[in-house]
Formats: sequence, C-alpha cells, structure tokens
Amino acid sequence: MADSHEVQRRDFVNIVLVGIGSVIGLFIGIPAVAYLLSPAVKVQEEEAWIPLGPLDAYPIDTPTLFSYTRTKINGWEKTVNSYGAYVWRFGEGESDVIVYSNMCTHLSCRVTWEEDRSIYFCPCHDGRFNKEGEVEAGPPPEPLHEYETKVEEGILSIMHMEV
Amino acid sequence: MATKVITWLDERLGLLSIYELVFDRKVPKVNWWFTLGSASLFLFAIQGITGIFLAVYYVPDPEKAYDSVQFIMDGVTFGWLIRGIHHWGATLMVIFVFVHMLRTFFMGAYKFPREITWLTGVILLFATLGMGFTGYLLPWNQRAYWATTVGTAIAGTVPVIGDFILRILRGGTDLSAVTLARFFAVHIWFLPAIIIALIGVHMYLVVRLGISSIPKEDEEEPQEG
Repeated sequence: MADSHEVQRRDFVNIVLVGIGSVIGLFIGIPAVAYLLSPAVKVQEEEAWIPLGPLDAYPIDTPTLFSYTRTKINGWEKTVNSYGAYVWRFGEGESDVIVYSNMCTHLSCRVTWEEDRSIYFCPCHDGRFNKEGEVEAGPPPEPLHEYETKVEEGILSIMHMEV
Repeated sequence: MATKVITWLDERLGLLSIYELVFDRKVPKVNWWFTLGSASLFLFAIQGITGIFLAVYYVPDPEKAYDSVQFIMDGVTFGWLIRGIHHWGATLMVIFVFVHMLRTFFMGAYKFPREITWLTGVILLFATLGMGFTGYLLPWNQRAYWATTVGTAIAGTVPVIGDFILRILRGGTDLSAVTLARFFAVHIWFLPAIIIALIGVHMYLVVRLGISSIPKEDEEEPQEG
C-alpha cells in the first residue's frame, strides 16, 4: 500500500513537471518562432498615390519629367530611391494624359525625352521609344511602363509602382 | 515500448548512469539557499538563449546599434519580450550569483575540499559582472555611452598602468566604434566561452565532492583530542 502510494506521487510529479514544462516551452517557443519569422511575413505598404500637381501646369503634347523619391525602411536601414515619370498630355481633356515611367524596360536605365528627335532615348544601349512609349530601336523588349493615373479637382496623381 | 527505446539507446549511449550520478546523488538536508546555484545556471541559460536571438537583429556599429535596438523593440514581433527577458535576466543573474557567493561564504562551504569550486565561482562572479559591464554599452543610448565613459575612466585611475588599461578597454583613447565592437565581441564570445568552461569545472566539482551540509550550532566549538 505504502509502495503504490509512493509510485503514484512520483507519477503525479512527473505529469505536473511535463505539463508545466510544456506550457513554459510554448510560452517561449511561440514568441521565439514569431521573432525569427516576423521580417519575412511583414509586408511593406508600397502602393501610394503620388500627386504630380495641377494637370494644367503640364504642357500639351510635350512629355515632361516629374521626379519623386520614395523611402524604403528595412529594419534599421533607410533607402531613398528616386523615380521619374514622363507626363504626356495628348489633348486638353482630363483623361487625355498618359504617364510613363522613365525606366528603360531593357536594364532599368533612365530614358530622356529628346524633343528634336521626338523619342525617349536610353543612353545605355541606344534604346529608343516613340512618344507612345513603343520601342522604335535597340534592345528594349517591351514598351515603357504606364502609370495608373487619376485627376481629382485638377490635380494629377499617379499610382506608384515598383518596376 | 518507451522502456524498450530507452534501453536500446542507453545500451549504446550509456547516459543513464551519468543521469543517476548527477541527479540521483545523495545530498544532505538543505534549504532554499542551496537552490541559488541552479537558479544562476538557469538564468545563464536564459541569457544565452535570448542573447542568441537578439544577435539576429543587433548590429554592433555606432551608426546602427541604436536603430537596430529600436527595430527589435518596435519592428520585430515579440522583440520587446526577448530583449526584456535579457534585460531583467541580466540584473537577476548578478543578484543570484552574488547571493550564491554570500551563502557559500557564510555557510563555510568554500573550505576543504571545495577550494577550487570556490575559486572557479569567484571567477564566474567576475565574469558575470563583466557581462553586465560589456552588455550595458550595446544599446548605444545616452545612458550606455556615459556609463561606459565613466566605467572605463574609473579603470583609468589605477596608478601607473591606468591609462594603458583605459586604452585597452576603449580600444584607443576615445569611446568609439572600436569600443563598441570589442565590447560586443567580449560580451558574446570571450566571456560566454569562459563562463561555459568554468561552469563545467564548477559543476563537475559539485557532483564529484557533493555539497556541504548546513553548519550545525553544536559544531561551533571543535572538540579537542
């Protein structure tokens, strides 16, 4: 009788120890895993409307460059990237506007609008795009990327994109 | 089934005899003061684990150290918890190790044959304080910077070689990026290595010699011849 009593107590202690140990393990284990995974599962908000100012300020039929910067924060590091957008108004209306990214679709060099030749020129590999953004010559595989645009109360905005 | 697996493993590993030697050894009737060593060991393990986790995001560079700690606090899920445990665990460990030393001293447990246990314990106490001193600089905030400025300046007041000691601690005359880097290295490599090795010796001796019992009052006056 005394023997069985002792064995029971030992079993009880073991069960309690394993139980408490598991609870402590979970309390430490779950935060530990979350701690390691956290940067992988956190998504940075990259979508944003960038206001380019009043639409009327842009000349008609002359692509005009608008430059802006976006700050990216990765942990303790801040990176400022600059982007360029060519605003091309092909008419008077609010919807008569197309905004191209100035990033060459070949290897991401920056294209420049050359009024006299009427092309977007990429100096890296002699890539050329016409006013509609289509490839005229050189290695670029696809036309210039277009921004999503909107005009509200006369202000032109573009949806920022990572190309 | 479980017994079969354990038997199979133990036939090859022979760990059960070590387990019995360590955990089923005879101990005198003792009290809660005798748990301080285990508590210190537990705290050291906690500090080691949380420290390894903090090293995932911490950067020992003056430009980034503070921001990386802020990132741990605000940007990483449960980062505040890991750093909080490391912060409070550090304070607790100094207290526990110190009281453990006091208990050993007042109960006379350092006497023959336990002198080497005591000596390794003293080095462990200093190593623990060293961990506190080096770890304090790492957040690279105002308190850390000035505490280390003062702390190293105090070391610099030693006669004759004081200035040399100060320059060794700071890695130059100024508290700089070099200081932060060497404090970091000492905090995560040098001292932990020393502490782990000495804990090994310390615990080997505890198991080998057994722990001393509580001194009894009637033993105060030794019997002559």
